[in-house]
Amino acid sequence: MKVLVPVKRVVDYNVKIRVKPDGTGVDLANVKQSINPFDEIAVEEALRLKEAGKVTEVIVVSIGPAQATETLRSGLAVGADRGILVKAEGRVEPLAVAKVLAKIVEQEKPDLVILGKQAIDDDSNQTGQILAALLGWGQGTFASKVELGADSVDVTREVDGGLQTVSLKLPAIITTDLRLNEPRYASLPNIMKAKKKPIAETTPEELGVDVAPRLKVLNTTEPAKRQAGVKVADAAELVSKLKEAGVL
Amino acid sequence: MTTLLIADHDNTALKDGTAKALTAARELGQPVHVLVAGHNARAAADAAAALEGVEKVLLADDAIYAHGLAEPLAALVAGLADGYKALVAPSSSNGKNVLPRISALLDVAQVSDVTKVISPDTFEHPIYAGNAIETVQTTDAKVILTIRTTGFKAAGAGGSAPVEAVAVAADPAVSQFKGEEVAKSERPELTAAKVIVSGGRALGSSEQFQAVIAPLADKLGAAIGASRAAVDAGYAANDLQVGQTGKVVAPDLYVAVGISGAIQHLAGMKDSKVIVAINKDEEAPIFQVADYGVVGDLFKVVPELEKALG
Ligand SMILES: Cc1cc2nc3c(=O)[nH]c(=O)nc-3n(C[C@H](O)[C@H](O)[C@H](O)COP(=O)(O)OP(=O)(O)OC[C@H]3O[C@@H](n4cnc5c(N)ncnc54)[C@H](O)[C@@H]3O)c2cc1C
Ligand SMILES: Nc1ncnc2c1ncn2[C@@H]1O[C@H](COP(=O)(O)O)[C@@H](O)[C@H]1O
Repeated sequence: MKVLVPVKRVVDYNVKIRVKPDGTGVDLANVKQSINPFDEIAVEEALRLKEAGKVTEVIVVSIGPAQATETLRSGLAVGADRGILVKAEGRVEPLAVAKVLAKIVEQEKPDLVILGKQAIDDDSNQTGQILAALLGWGQGTFASKVELGADSVDVTREVDGGLQTVSLKLPAIITTDLRLNEPRYASLPNIMKAKKKPIAETTPEELGVDVAPRLKVLNTTEPAKRQAGVKVADAAELVSKLKEAGVL
Repeated sequence: MTTLLIADHDNTALKDGTAKALTAARELGQPVHVLVAGHNARAAADAAAALEGVEKVLLADDAIYAHGLAEPLAALVAGLADGYKALVAPSSSNGKNVLPRISALLDVAQVSDVTKVISPDTFEHPIYAGNAIETVQTTDAKVILTIRTTGFKAAGAGGSAPVEAVAVAADPAVSQFKGEEVAKSERPELTAAKVIVSGGRALGSSEQFQAVIAPLADKLGAAIGASRAAVDAGYAANDLQVGQTGKVVAPDLYVAVGISGAIQHLAGMKDSKVIVAINKDEEAPIFQVADYGVVGDLFKVVPELEKALG
């Protein structure tokens, strides 16, 4: 069984981003970028399935600029077998990403695609669901547990009121939530070894996918800032302040 | 043309987000129809019909819609879509699950987490954990939106729309419901609560989380929330996580107990009306957004607060 894991290069989760003063977007110059944390969880899940003997090959794929190679390498360094870089500059919306991924799926014929539930830059939470629809596959989104069988997969999902378990026919789409697993770290020898693992390159044009954005970004602004308030001495003062504020 | 709002419900009642998403849907300036797809869901459909500003309720009642599975629901909505210019759902776990699937079937780019309707094709929504607000204009023939419900007031009652049955669509038959664990709680629902008490890693164990957070929440009639660290450590249930990747809340009063205030947590609560932080580290970033801060040991401050509340 083959698993495909799409990994996105995003601004590191520790970075507090800055909006450009002219409203044209977020300042990404010299900002640390890393693999999207949910995609690390996706890679980890695929590796665990491989270690359990249920999966034979784990392929990571990224759509992005040349530097997305580093993102692929971080997947290869923890144990993915090979990578595919689909070179694209600028903004690629979830619908276009999913169309590119659908082409890769056509070529690679994986039994499972495991994505992150959301990319922490655009916070869209769309790509996995779109890909599932384009392929006509079932989707197990926001997964906190995955049980892979021979021709189906059971996915326990984190939903608003608790947990829901669905059973999907294979091939299927899974998107990861935070509690699915704890990703491993790459060891130095494995980082070195990963440099020799193959990364194939292609482009949306070669795959015949139009990735032109459908949404026009008119403006990007800072959110309204909250004023830091006051420190109160103790619980009694807090209660009287809250009464003054009318929330008690 | 018309807007279709996909209701979030449990077959009996509407979830709180539906009436808020309705307000956003109405701001698109066209008549609004509400789709209730469920099983034995007449009561939910009647509840939708009673909301102010609904022109018609469509009820698709069949066992395949009982659990909100995305595959049959998306197929149903795609089949209805010809009559609609805009498709809208709350950014609940159901809305997030199904709407992108519909957007794929219709080849329309979705705008996620809309916080403001500027015009029928232009919207504001947060990106980067709410650290930037983007204004986007759609160029597709249809508009597909999930609505961040904290940005909109709930539509009122007083409607009396007709409920019309719609035919069941073919089930793609690639998914099946197997089971669920629904957390039962007497407390208000997190996303609908007026007051929330949230606990963080500092609570130290699920026993202490219960022993410290629950009595304060009881006193305040509050819902309970948690940071990711508290959820990961098993102190609180998964569905109580507040933040960028958990629930987004904006109650009148949010009390953060032993929570540092990471960007990802702030993303889920910084639009609360009044924020209180209790933290022993006076440098904790949570104090930068708190209206009232108490620097101190939560195990001492919280019981005192309970007492002071009388
Ligand atoms: C992809 C991703 C998504 C994430 N999504 C979310 C999300 O949705 N929601 C979320 O909350 N986090 C999220 N996080 C995690 C986030 O980055 C923080 O790690 C998390 O919010 C920290 O939780 P905490 O504040 O409880 O713990 P800590 O940061 O460890 O803070 C504990 C605080 O308690 C204080 N404290 C300790 N003892 C006491 C005491 N006795 N009395 C009073 N104060 C005390 C400390 O001073 C400290 O400030 C996400 C992270 C990633 C990478
Ligand atoms: N450019 C990309 N390259 C590879 N994978 C992506 C890309 N964009 C999104 N994804 C995948 O889709 C998931 C959800 O992203 P989004 O829908 O943008 O929130 C991510 O966690 C990735 O697994």
